[in-house]
Amino acid sequence: MTDPTVRPSPGGGEGDGGRSNMKIVPVRHPGRWVASAVILVLAAMLINTMFFSHVTRGGVREGRYQWGVVGKYLFAAPIFRGIVVTLELTVIAMVVGIVFGIVLAVMRLSPNWLLSGSAWIYIWFFRGTPVLVQIIFWYEGISYLYPHLGFGIPFATPFVNVNANVLVTSFTAGALGLSFNEGAYMAEIVRAGIISVDEGQTEAAQSLGMAKFQTMRRIVLPQAMRVIIPPTGNETISMLKTTSLVYAIALADLFTAATNISNTNYEVVPLLLVASLWYLFFTSLLTVGQYYVERYYARGSTRALPPTPIQRIRQSFFHVRIKPVPAMADAPWLAPHE
Amino acid sequence: MVRATQVHKSFGRLDVLRGIDLVVNPGEVLCLIGPSGSGKSTFLRCINHLEKIDGGELAVDGELVGYRRSGDRLYELKDREVCGKRAEIGMVFQRFNLFPHMSVLDNVMAGPVRVKRESSSTARDRAVRLLERVGLADKVKSYPNQLSGGQQQRVAIARALAMEPKLMLFDEPTSALDPELVGDVLDVMRGLAEEGMTMIVVTHEMGFAREVGDTLVFMDGGVVVESGDPRAVLTAPQHERTKSFLSKVL
Repeated sequence: MTDPTVRPSPGGGEGDGGRSNMKIVPVRHPGRWVASAVILVLAAMLINTMFFSHVTRGGVREGRYQWGVVGKYLFAAPIFRGIVVTLELTVIAMVVGIVFGIVLAVMRLSPNWLLSGSAWIYIWFFRGTPVLVQIIFWYEGISYLYPHLGFGIPFATPFVNVNANVLVTSFTAGALGLSFNEGAYMAEIVRAGIISVDEGQTEAAQSLGMAKFQTMRRIVLPQAMRVIIPPTGNETISMLKTTSLVYAIALADLFTAATNISNTNYEVVPLLLVASLWYLFFTSLLTVGQYYVERYYARGSTRALPPTPIQRIRQSFFHVRIKPVPAMADAPWLAPHE
Repeated sequence: MVRATQVHKSFGRLDVLRGIDLVVNPGEVLCLIGPSGSGKSTFLRCINHLEKIDGGELAVDGELVGYRRSGDRLYELKDREVCGKRAEIGMVFQRFNLFPHMSVLDNVMAGPVRVKRESSSTARDRAVRLLERVGLADKVKSYPNQLSGGQQQRVAIARALAMEPKLMLFDEPTSALDPELVGDVLDVMRGLAEEGMTMIVVTHEMGFAREVGDTLVFMDGGVVVESGDPRAVLTAPQHERTKSFLSKVL
């Protein structure tokens, strides 16, 4: 039994055709070999053009991708300021969007027609118009339609009067446009999550005497999270990139900052690469974060969580046996109980 | 403990309960049997105000379910008041309905901590005691889906008991269980009955009804067809409908 390809068949004697002593030939996949070869050649060609080839532009011979220029601006101060704006917008839009989403989703599920109807109209409006239009609208439209914003008793003379131009800066307009739009999408995501939780859960919570709010917060939403998290991660990644639309209202986010630089030095492509590399870096971070958040909320739906990629690497390199994590143990800091 | 007078309930055009009259005394174990669709579960849910009744009167411990009488008017109770009433009634469901995102211990502690605002140490002590009592002391840290159906149902009973209810409602507690797991759950229920808990049990376990029940009620078509001592009803049913039902299930 030194030849690993020879496997004894259980109970298979000499008489049943002698299968026990035969060599097993796996199925060949010639198509896969051809396809792999094609992909490898194409990849080699791409890498060659990216890093090892030159072109002549305007009489000057230079690297095709000009990685030197990319490197020069990758950590430039305006780019960094742009990154801060992009991240701020993403965080604000997602936080406000999620809060709006939860409120709107609960409203839509309300038996009161005015509440569910108004939530429906909100979603209809903000999902039905392009976010770019909404951003510009917040920036231009508000001060045009309501030049003076008053705060006080409805239909009476307001206590405080504010010039809309002062209140609505390009940053607030960008943040408002992205947030309100995101709220509409998050509402549908949260609603899907809430509906996915078995009604028996609500009944069990109510039979214990929990009030509606408690039932929603302690029982329904935590379970809805498993359905809500993946699309929310998707939305966050999408939002990080959608923030670049504030280019239209001249707010200096990452993309606008990169464009501003290339407007003066004409290095358009290298600066687009700078922006793209940063967007990729942050979306990668978000992807990893999403993986772990999803894992946390899988608690109770899988019997044992599979090891994370890092645990898997440790396992294969150091031959450490990592036993399957019984649900909570890996994230005690997120534990929902005091 | 529970008094129902001409309780009516309909879902749209479907009349589920068509005048239920029933009395449950403190410490009594009442078993509700009947074909599916006869309104047993609906009636049980009405007692806990999970369903609103459309007519008649339903009172638990002398107080109307879901309403407050003042003069000749009935005022619907506020959500908070209904919750207070529900907290005094334990309910066990056919499909357990444990909270899957919480450990067994947290499931049992959830009611006292969230509803009664008990300190978590008090609640934990009681939860551990109750879990010991239902024979699951070693499962405290498990999650519901790591348990068998019978274990889950016993956790569900412990969860209901943690609220120290004065009345327990069981909605077909063993119908979703493998036959060999039914016994453990019934044992826990039998123990409760012996301690004098008032219980209303919707069940298909005729053996349990006979041994543990003080009263057996046979329902069909939204009305009580026959009720009385379980042994009498099971061995010598008076009504044709009861006879034909029992001949099929026994």
